[in-house]
This record gives sequence, structure tokens and C-alpha cells, in this order.
Amino acid sequence: MSWLKKLLPPRIKKAESPVRKSIPEGLWSKCPACDAVLYRSDLECNQAVCPKCGHHQRLRARARLDLLLDPEGRVEIGAAVVPMDPLRFKDSRKYPERLTAAQNETGEQDALVVMKGAIHGQQVVVACFEFEFLGGSMGSVVGERFVRGARAAEEQRLPFICITATGGARMQEGLFSLMQMAKTTAAITRLARRKLPFITVLADPTMGGVSASFCFMGDVVIAEPGALIGFAGPRVIEQTVRETLPEGFQRAEFLLEKGAIDMIVDRRQLRDKLAAVLGLLTRQPALEG
Amino acid sequence: MKTTFLDFEQPISELEAKIEQLRFVQDDPAVDISGEIERLESKSLSLTKDLYAKLTPWQIAQVARHPQRPYTLDYARLIFTDFEELHGDRAFADDKAIVGGLARFNGSSCVVIGHQKGRDTREKIQRNFGMPRPEGYRKALRLMQMAEKFNLPVFTFVDTPGAYPGIGAEERGQSEAIGRNLYVMAELKVPIISTVIGEGGSGGALAIAVGDQVLMLQYATYSVISPEGCASILWKSAEKAAIAAESMGITASRLESLGLIDRVVAEPVGGAHRDHTAMAETLKRALQDALRQVSDLSPAELVERRFERLMNHGRFKDQGAAA
Repeated sequence: MSWLKKLLPPRIKKAESPVRKSIPEGLWSKCPACDAVLYRSDLECNQAVCPKCGHHQRLRARARLDLLLDPEGRVEIGAAVVPMDPLRFKDSRKYPERLTAAQNETGEQDALVVMKGAIHGQQVVVACFEFEFLGGSMGSVVGERFVRGARAAEEQRLPFICITATGGARMQEGLFSLMQMAKTTAAITRLARRKLPFITVLADPTMGGVSASFCFMGDVVIAEPGALIGFAGPRVIEQTVRETLPEGFQRAEFLLEKGAIDMIVDRRQLRDKLAAVLGLLTRQPALEG
Repeated sequence: MKTTFLDFEQPISELEAKIEQLRFVQDDPAVDISGEIERLESKSLSLTKDLYAKLTPWQIAQVARHPQRPYTLDYARLIFTDFEELHGDRAFADDKAIVGGLARFNGSSCVVIGHQKGRDTREKIQRNFGMPRPEGYRKALRLMQMAEKFNLPVFTFVDTPGAYPGIGAEERGQSEAIGRNLYVMAELKVPIISTVIGEGGSGGALAIAVGDQVLMLQYATYSVISPEGCASILWKSAEKAAIAAESMGITASRLESLGLIDRVVAEPVGGAHRDHTAMAETLKRALQDALRQVSDLSPAELVERRFERLMNHGRFKDQGAAA
């Protein structure tokens, strides 16, 4: 499936096929990469990484934050910022209807969750994209929440981390969405002035306007294994150049090879890796043991 | 130069053809039909005025892409003097889809940067239809940093369908190149005046359009994705581009009313392509005004003001503020 297709709200399809709903949720799950049939609880224990082949499945924003942050002292930032419909946009459905459907489906108000918390005791602010919410697309709310997160980090002198999973800018907010690219990226310059670390973790997929704004401005740019990362979608490129794309094109491993990212980190090691990198950047003494 | 007419300009095209025929006949001294020609010419003008007074967003998108529309190098010649084009990103190549260099604006030094499309087939290919690769953005970045070093204002001209979606472009970091420009432009210590002169296509446009003043020509467009791209994703058919153009609000007047751009610059009757010189004169005055608005600011004030401007972009509800 191309990222463009994935960008489309999958819940429309779901609603149209009530048959699927009658199948009980959850006992088994099939790995999309190696076809292994897995116990869902095994998969969950393994941070949605296939125990057989290591394929990193998509993970919801709050689940990620839960895995990443210490349990105590978490504070959400920017939750009061919620979407509106500045253009009165309507395609086959009205934008507010799409928003409501996405909100009901995900329990989120928009596609970014920002939280202050700690990683192994080191205080941080983390912004995490929710791909299940309209393809993790960046509109006004994502931009504003990101900026509030960055500002909180700046004021409290904390590192800022952003985990991305997004198809790019949100079409339904037109040019407002495009401007979020400039807005979010500008916010990062203020962290740099204060010498505060900004780290990006690019998960599958990280495309378009998000990829082409703050993503590669991280002091350290990390990607998850196998994540699709790029500006233009593979289908668009294929149609433009009219040739088959090279094997592994726009995957994390490809980007590492091309020098675009610093490292690929297995999700199960991300928490430790972030703590280590932040410790080094902020000149903290080495951890014991 | 013979005007190329767009589909919706068919009535004007027919009238102009008739005028052309009459002019040909007029060479015969036995008949005097100058009155008739004059009458038809004024009819053609009022027809053009009427037609252009109620263009749909999709029609405007076509005017923005008109093959005879003035491009960056035309404005470099008509608005500026002593233009010295500078080439290359110093790392990989010279991307001809973005041009730039030093020039004088009303006698004072400045830097000019813009997307550049080609006129004939050969040049179109050479300039990749105005779709830059990372090298283009990196050349632009280099010139902007040079402008900062020598304290020169930067004028950018936006006219691109978008950044080029190619294999090499991705391999060489299209995302990083665009992101880097946004990052550096946010803090550049000299005035940046950006004008969308034709197509403002998505991130590929924004990468040179983070300005202190953002202007748009009357029949230019600026959007997050092309109408065709939007239509093929949301309507599953590129044929719905006209509806997508309407929905996204891509025109200068709409974007001005939404507060996303500062000023609309009027075009000559029938569009900028009808009269490059007149367009350039109007644009020059607008650029003068725009520069005057920011030229008294100190570098720190300038950057602060640009930052605030960027932070104000976006429409949302703040439930916390209401409580």
C-alpha cells in the first residue's frame, strides 16, 4: 500500500464493511512483513515489534509515550488546542465530519500528543504524532501544539524530542497547513539559541511537509528500522520518473546509507538510546553500572 | 509576441483573430477600416476585463501557469539593474530551476533569488519545469547567507509546481534541503521580501518564501498541494482539480482575506503575460513599499517580528484560553 493510500482515513473503509466488526478484536495478529501469526499479547509485550522478524508495526502516540516516559510526573501540553475548519473544506465529506470521525476513532483531538515527562529521570518534552488521526497530517493544531511543546522545553530548559509518523501537511486546511512547516521549524531555532537538544525519531511513515520541515533539523536524527521516510511519496516519484524504484528506496536503512540520518534504533532500545544521547549532549556524568 | 490564449479565453481569441485579419486588409490603401478595428479592439478589451473579473480559482491556476507569464529572470531584468547571476551549490551541481545572484534595486545592492521555468522545450527541460532539486535550495541558501553577511536585502520570486519528485532528489536529501532553508530563513538577519509570481507549489515554494513581507500577484496561486494532486487523493480523480482549487483557497484574494499573505499586486488587464513591462513596474512599486516597511528595523527586531509572524500562522480553538 502506498503512503498516499495509507494517508486516507482507514475508518471510512471500516465503517463500510460491518462484517469485519463481527470478528472478535484481538486474540491473534498477523505480521504484515513475515506473515507470522502472533498472539496479540506477545506483540504488545514486545512494543508492537514482531518477535519473529523484528518488523516495527505502527504504534499509537500514547502507547509510544507510555513506553518512552517514566510513569511518574507526566504532564500533557497543548491539549486545549483543538481543530477548526478555517476553509469550510469539503471533498466527499465535510472536514468537520472527518475530524469528528477521527476523534471518535482515536480518542484524540488531533494528530499530535505532546507531553512533558522523564526518560530514566532526565526531564524532557516529547511530541508524538498520531498516525491513526487523518494520517498523522500536520494542520494548525499539530503546528501549535508542537510550538507549545518547544516553548515549554525552552522555558524549562529541557531537551525536546519529536517522534513522527505522518503523511505530511493536511490538505483540508490548505495554506494554513503549509505555514505550519515554517512555524514548527522556526520554533526549533529558539531551542538551538539556548543550546537545548532537539532530537527527532522518524517512524513509519515520515513524509511530505513534515519530513521537509523540522525532521532533519534535529541535533540527532534517529529512525526506526524499515521506516519509510522522504519528501515525495514513492508512487508520485514512480509516476514522474517512469522507472522502478531501487530496492529499499526511502527506507531508514537507505537514508542511513545516504548520510541523511544518524542512526537506526530498534524501538525496544529507544528509551535507553535517547537517555544515553541526551546524557552525552547535556554533559551529564555517566550512569553507574 | 503572439498571445497564447487559454481555453476559457476562446471568445477573446476569436475576436483577436478577426482584428488580425482586418489589420491585414488595412494594408490596402483603398479601404479605411481603422474605425472598425478600433471598435473591435475596445470590445476585446472590455471582454477581457469582464472575463478576468470573474475567473474561477481553477482558471486563475491556468493563468498562473501561462507559458508567456513573466518569470524570475524577466523581473531580474525589468525591475533590477546590474544583475549578476551566481551559480551552484558548491557541493553537487548548479540547479537551473532556481536562479539567483546580486543586483541593484533602485541603485542599492541586494540579492535576487527565484524559481525559473523555461520558455521553449529545450529550456523547459534544462530548467526542469521550475521544479528544483536539493541543489537549487542549497544554492538559494548559500545566496541568502551571503546576503546576511553583506547586509543586503533578499528578494525572492516564487514560481514552481513544487520540488522535484525524483530518485536523485530524494537520495540527496530533498527534505533536509527544504527544512534547512525554513530553519535559516527564520533567523536571517536581513529583510526578505517574497513574491509569488506564478505557481506557489507547496514546500518547494515555501523553501524560498519565508518572508518579512509576502506578496502575491493577482493571478498567482499558492497552495499546500497542487489542485490536481489534492483531487487525485481526496476525490480519487485528477479531473476534480477545479473543485479542489476552489476548496483549498489558492488564490491571492482568498489568501489575503485569510491573512496568509500581506498584499495582492494587481496585474495588467488579461494577466501579467499580456504586458511584462507594465507588470514589472507595478511590482517594483509594491516591492519598494514592502521593503520600506521593514528597512528601518534592526536585525534583532526584524528576526523577532518574522518569528512572531510565523508563530501566528494557524487557525484553531484554544479551550484553555476560554476557561
